[in-house]
Amino acid sequence: MVAGTVAPPGATRPQRPRSRSWLRLVVLLAIVAVVLYPLFWMIGTSVKSQEEIVNNIGLLPRDFTPGNYLDGWTNFDVSFARFFLNSALVSLLTVVGNAVSCLLAAYAFARLRFRLRGLWFAVMIGTLLLPGHVLIVPQYILFRTLGLVGGEWPYLPLLIPQFLATEAFFVFLMVQFMRGIPRELDEAARIDGANAFGIFRHVILPLSRPALVTTAIFSFIWTWNDFFRQLVFLSDLSDYTVPVALTLFIDSTSQSAVGPMFAMAVLSLLPVFGFFVAFQRMLVEGINTSGLKG
Amino acid sequence: MALTTAPDPTRRGTGSVRPDANRRGTGRIRHGEGLAGYVFLSPWLIGLMGITALPMLLSLYLSFTDYDILTPLSEVEWVGLANYERMFTGDPSWWHSVRVTLSFALIAVPLKLAAALGVALLLNRAWRGVGLFRGLFYLPSLLGGSVALAIVWVNMFNREGAFNSFLALFGIQGKPWVNDPDWALETLMVLAIWQFGAPMVIFLAGLKQVPTELYEAASVDGAGRFRQFVNVTLPMLSPVIFFNLVLETINGFQGFTAAFVLSNGTGGPVDSTLMYTLNLYITGFTDLEMGYASAMAWVFLIAIAIITVVFFSTGRFWVHYSDGEDR
Repeated sequence: MVAGTVAPPGATRPQRPRSRSWLRLVVLLAIVAVVLYPLFWMIGTSVKSQEEIVNNIGLLPRDFTPGNYLDGWTNFDVSFARFFLNSALVSLLTVVGNAVSCLLAAYAFARLRFRLRGLWFAVMIGTLLLPGHVLIVPQYILFRTLGLVGGEWPYLPLLIPQFLATEAFFVFLMVQFMRGIPRELDEAARIDGANAFGIFRHVILPLSRPALVTTAIFSFIWTWNDFFRQLVFLSDLSDYTVPVALTLFIDSTSQSAVGPMFAMAVLSLLPVFGFFVAFQRMLVEGINTSGLKG
Repeated sequence: MALTTAPDPTRRGTGSVRPDANRRGTGRIRHGEGLAGYVFLSPWLIGLMGITALPMLLSLYLSFTDYDILTPLSEVEWVGLANYERMFTGDPSWWHSVRVTLSFALIAVPLKLAAALGVALLLNRAWRGVGLFRGLFYLPSLLGGSVALAIVWVNMFNREGAFNSFLALFGIQGKPWVNDPDWALETLMVLAIWQFGAPMVIFLAGLKQVPTELYEAASVDGAGRFRQFVNVTLPMLSPVIFFNLVLETINGFQGFTAAFVLSNGTGGPVDSTLMYTLNLYITGFTDLEMGYASAMAWVFLIAIAIITVVFFSTGRFWVHYSDGEDR
């Protein structure tokens, strides 16, 4: 980022002494160290031998032990390859579900006029702050009554809500975005004979791509990191996603699993970290424009 | 993960949350558009009914029963207010979980916001590398809610963890903090504070909106930097502070993952990390007392609603909206 754009109050004032700027930089670097230390420590520990995990308090291993990754990968009866595939499946389908269903609902709210729209919109805003934990017990009962928990398609209880636009946040984000698309485009399409579906297909859908990308990225990261719902709805080891599988390491409290556990923890964060590197600017802007939290 | 959402307070002039507010009341619904509206809305409507409303009603009903998952729904016994009575008068661990959750939110949220604001102020005045710092500070907010990071945290504050080796540099003998009932919850607070990046980004956006003239005027009047902060920055930033406070508090009440990982799903040591949502999970899915868990969920929902209302009604007295934006 360039100088002038980010220094409003200081910019027009007389230059402060150089020492102050140095002090600020030192403080900022110290905070960076505190913020990043746990991450480096995690990576360091993931390649330490069992003995070093107890004895070597440093960040780097004396005896580089990449074998932890292989041990962790095959630590349980089901390999981590399966858990990663499961997590990827759930996360990607969630992305599709959120993108499609929230886009449809947002188009209705932002552009179409129908009876009770104001009421439904108020209800949607109301569900924004509804804590998910409140609904977990009755949702579990319902999905279980329908035979969907631990059934042939174990991920349906996780995915069905995502295909029904229950993530109100994304609906809201897209409504806000669509309100910025000029209405003249709708009118032009209408004059060309397009109805509500045509306008959606040829005007709104192509122009909503930025909002769709933001939705996709956050859906993926949140679902990949999500634990609560996956813990509740998944019961078979072979259906486990990565976060649920990681907790198995805690169950097997034996000290010998610490290295492998850290190795898998590192791997589990790689996709999120990849998204962070690729879309850093977008993620930060995303929480700015929409007030959303990671 | 708890996600929280709201319109952006740092953007002025887009205040209305009604859809299409400027076009409201323009009369008739174009032919066929009403139907199309409901076609596009139908997935959301089905979700609202089936995934949100129906479960809420079911949960309200179950909260007056002794339902466990093993007996069929048709045979549950109506117990009236017994669950609520038990919660308030006969269940010390419920009260304990309320205390744990409140102390977590009351300590961690202000400290997290203070850290976020402090770092935002440092970054706001810096002139170089802001984008890089901002990104690095935001990273924990992306990773921090995961099981993986919770595992790292627990080990970091264990006997052989990094924190104790840090203390050893100063000759201080550490202890296994996560196994100590007096300290386990504090380690989770530190984890929450470590994720100060998300509110920080929002503070930074708010700081950019403060007009430079105000600082110049204050400076002409002889105000030092501290006075400028108290009399200019804080009032101008109060809508953003309010926004962060509401969201972080509601988030704080819902902390689950880290407490689960630290205690292996028990809320230990000695119930010191028995967050409300963890207690709810244990009651419903370990003890299978789903009727009682439903009552707990409803009390939680009502408590969150009350807290939100309290925030918004007290906000009028300290949240300052500039240029006639008071509503």
